[in-house]
Amino acid sequence: MPEKDNIMDAIAESNKSVVTGIDEKDIEHWITIWILGREYKVPAGLTIMQAMEFSGYRFVRSCGCRAGFCGACTTVYRIEGDYRLKTAMACQTRIEEGMYLTQIPFTPAERANYDINKLAPGIEALLTNYPEILRCLGCNACTKACPQDIDVMEYIAAGKRGDVGLMAELSFDCIQCGLCAIRCPAELAQYNYAQLARRLHGKYETPIPGYCLNRVKEIESGKFDAELDKLVKTSNEELRKLYTARDIEKA
Amino acid sequence: MAELKFIGGYPEYMRKHIDIVNSTRAQRKDFTPEAMTMEQRDEVLKLHPDYAPGGKRAIALGPNKGDMAPNEVADLLEAYPLIQGNEMDVSKPDYTVDLLVIGGGLAGTTAAVWANDTGIDKNKILLVNKLRHGDANSIMAEGGTQAADREDDSPDRHFLDAIGGGHFTNKPDVLKELVKDAPFIMKWLCDLGAMIDREKDNSFVEKGGGGTSRCRMHACKDYTGLEELRVIRDEFRNREIPYLEYLPVVELLTDGNRVTGAVLYNLETGDYKIVQAKATILATGGFGRLHVRGFPTTNHYGATCDGVVLAYRIGAKLRDTDTVQYHPTGAAYPQQIIGLLLTEKLRSMGAQPLNKDGEAFVFPLEPRDVEASSFIRECYVKDKGIITPTGMRGIWLDTPMIELKNGKGTIEKSFPGMFRMFQRFDLDIRKDPVLVFPTLHYQNGGVETDPWGKTNIAGLWVAGEVSGGVHGKNRLMGNSTLDCLVFGRRSGISTAEYLKSNPQYGKLSIDHLNNYVKLLKEAGIETSRKAPVLLPDYRGKAVLARMIDIF
Repeated sequence: MPEKDNIMDAIAESNKSVVTGIDEKDIEHWITIWILGREYKVPAGLTIMQAMEFSGYRFVRSCGCRAGFCGACTTVYRIEGDYRLKTAMACQTRIEEGMYLTQIPFTPAERANYDINKLAPGIEALLTNYPEILRCLGCNACTKACPQDIDVMEYIAAGKRGDVGLMAELSFDCIQCGLCAIRCPAELAQYNYAQLARRLHGKYETPIPGYCLNRVKEIESGKFDAELDKLVKTSNEELRKLYTARDIEKA
Repeated sequence: MAELKFIGGYPEYMRKHIDIVNSTRAQRKDFTPEAMTMEQRDEVLKLHPDYAPGGKRAIALGPNKGDMAPNEVADLLEAYPLIQGNEMDVSKPDYTVDLLVIGGGLAGTTAAVWANDTGIDKNKILLVNKLRHGDANSIMAEGGTQAADREDDSPDRHFLDAIGGGHFTNKPDVLKELVKDAPFIMKWLCDLGAMIDREKDNSFVEKGGGGTSRCRMHACKDYTGLEELRVIRDEFRNREIPYLEYLPVVELLTDGNRVTGAVLYNLETGDYKIVQAKATILATGGFGRLHVRGFPTTNHYGATCDGVVLAYRIGAKLRDTDTVQYHPTGAAYPQQIIGLLLTEKLRSMGAQPLNKDGEAFVFPLEPRDVEASSFIRECYVKDKGIITPTGMRGIWLDTPMIELKNGKGTIEKSFPGMFRMFQRFDLDIRKDPVLVFPTLHYQNGGVETDPWGKTNIAGLWVAGEVSGGVHGKNRLMGNSTLDCLVFGRRSGISTAEYLKSNPQYGKLSIDHLNNYVKLLKEAGIETSRKAPVLLPDYRGKAVLARMIDIF
C-alpha cells in the first residue's frame, strides 16, 4: 500500500500503459498482423486501434470516441487462410493472429433532405425520400456487416411495410458507421433510412407527456421565477441548510 | 506475465472474488449503506485527485494569473502559439459569414440550428469541426438528461440539487437558466423526433442520479447522447447549414477588441484557411485527453482543451480551473477498455459498488466526486480493492443486481451499449460484476459566461463543456447534455439577436499573439511547448524513438 501522500503517483503508475503508450519491455506475448498489407509485430491482446498506434500510426481520420459510440473507426479485415471478409470497429475489437486489415474513413452514402414537420409516419415518407429502399434483395449482407449486431435486413423489411415503429426500435443502437451501405449489393444507405424512421416514430408515434407540456407552460407563465430569483440571491450558508434539509426520493 | 487461466473472461484469482460477490447478492438486495453527512463528504474528499497533494500550480500569466489549475492545463496556457504573427497573411478571408460555430457536438450543432431558427440565413452560418461533425464527448453521453418536469419536482429543486452537488460554487444566474429551460428542451427534443425512453403509459422513464433528490433523468437506453446528437445533426443537415470537417481552429482572430474570425488548419493537406465572422460561438468541449494526474479518460480523441487555450490568449476570463471531474465508474478491466465510461445509470438501476470481500461500503448515488473518493479510499487506504493482472486496483460494480431488482432482460433492454461492450471482450455483465475505478470525465471549469453564453470578450460566446460556472466545482449526472442543449440554444439565439443589430466585420489580425508571447517571456516561461495540441499521441515508444521528419 502506498503512503497517503503517494496515492496519486501509485494510481498514475498503474495506468501508464493506457496514458503514455505501451512499453515493449513489459510485453511477453506478440502476434503478427498486417496493416494495409504490411506486416507488424504487436503485443497480443490490444484492440485494432491500439495495435495501429503501437505500430506508429497517428490517427487523423478513422478514430473518434474510442469507445464504440461514434462509428468513425470502421474496419474491414480477414484472417490469413480464411476467405471471409469481416467487419469491426477498431476501438472495440481485439487483434487476432494473421489479421489483414484496412479502415474505411468515409462512406459516400446518399441522404435526403426533408422537413420532418411536413411528413407523416408511414410508407409514403420513406418512399418519397428513399424510393430505392424497394431495391432490397434480402441477401442479409447488411446484417452480417453490422458491428452493432443490428438486424438491418429486418428493419429494412419493416420499412418496406411502412412500419416505422419497428424500424425505429430495431435500428435504435445504430452508430451510423456506414458498413451496411458499403456491403449492400442493392446500393442502399440503410442507416440514413433508419434515421428518418426513428425521427418519424419519436415525433408522431410517442406524444409528449401532458405533465411535461404543463411544466413548460408553467415556466413560461413565470410560476417559478420568484422562487428561483430568491435562490439566486440566497447566501451559501442558507443554501447549505436548504440542501441538507431536502427530502430525497428513492431512485 | 505468466500465463493466466481464464474463466468466463476473468483470471482464476479474480473469479474467486466474483464468487463471493455472486454468493452474497441475495442478502444485499434490500441493503443500501447510508448516504454520507456533509462532514463525512468533506473528509473523504481529501483523497480526491483535486484535493490530494500536488498535481496543480498557479497559472503564471493572463486574466487568471495566480489561479490554481492542473499542471496539464497550466502547461497549455503557458505554451507558445503554433503560428507566429509574421508568418502568415490572415487578412484575406476564404469564408465570410455572420456566425462561426467552432465545434460540432451537441452545443455547437444546437447553437447553429437555433441561430437559423432565430432568423440567420443558413448560408451566413459556418460550423467547423476538428474531426467529423459529431465526434464529441456528447455522442458518448450514456446516462441521461435532467429536466424537472414531473409534478412532484420543480426547477428550484433541480437548482438546489445542482448547487449542492457543486459545493455551492456554481454561478447562480447561469444555473437558474439551466434548470428553467430543461423541460422546454425535453419538449424540443421530442418535437424533433428524439426517442426518449417511455413507460407503458407513454410517460417518460425518469430515474435518479448521484446527488439528485427527484427522479428526473431522461434517457435513451444507454445511448442518450448518441440519440440526441444524431437527431439534432440530422435536423442541421436538412437545413443545409454549411459545415467543414477536419479543419480545427488553431487561433482566433481579433481587431484588438473583439473576435472577428478564426484561422483553420487542414489536418490532412496542411494548409490554412481564414474565416471572417461577426459573431463566434466556441463549443470545443473538454480536456480528458490531457490525462490529468495520469488518469485514463472516458473522453473522445479530440478532447484536448483547445477552446480554453484559444480564448485565454485573447483575454477571456476562466473560472473553476482548479477542479476536474473523475467519474467513479470507469472500466478497470479488461485492459482494452480501461477508463471507458460505465454509466451512472447502472447505479440508478440498482448496481452496488462492492469491495473485495463483497461488502457494500458506500451509498451508490453520492455526488460524483464523493463517490469517486470513496472508491479511492477503499482501494488505496483500506486495501479492499481487487488488483488486476496489469496492476490496477478497482472495486466491483454489481451489475447482476440490476436484473435481480428489475427483472431478467433489464440489462439488454436498458443497457445495450454496456452489455455489448463487455460481450466483445467475453464478459457477461448480466452474470458477473464489472471492475471499476475512477476515470477522468469532465472539465468542470472553463470560460466564464453570462446566462446567454456571452464572454467578457466582444463577439465571443461559449457553450457546453468549454464554459465554466454552471456546474461550479462538480457537475451532476444529466446536467452536461442539458448544459450543451440549453446554452447551445441560448448562444444561438443571443448571437442571432446581436447580428440583427447589423454589426460590421472587423479587421482580421493575430496581433494578440505578440502580446501573449511577450507575457510568456515576462513570466520567464522558456519552453518548446506549443498549443493547442489538437490531438493526443499514443504511438509506440520504439517507433517514436526512430521518427525522422524529412518528407
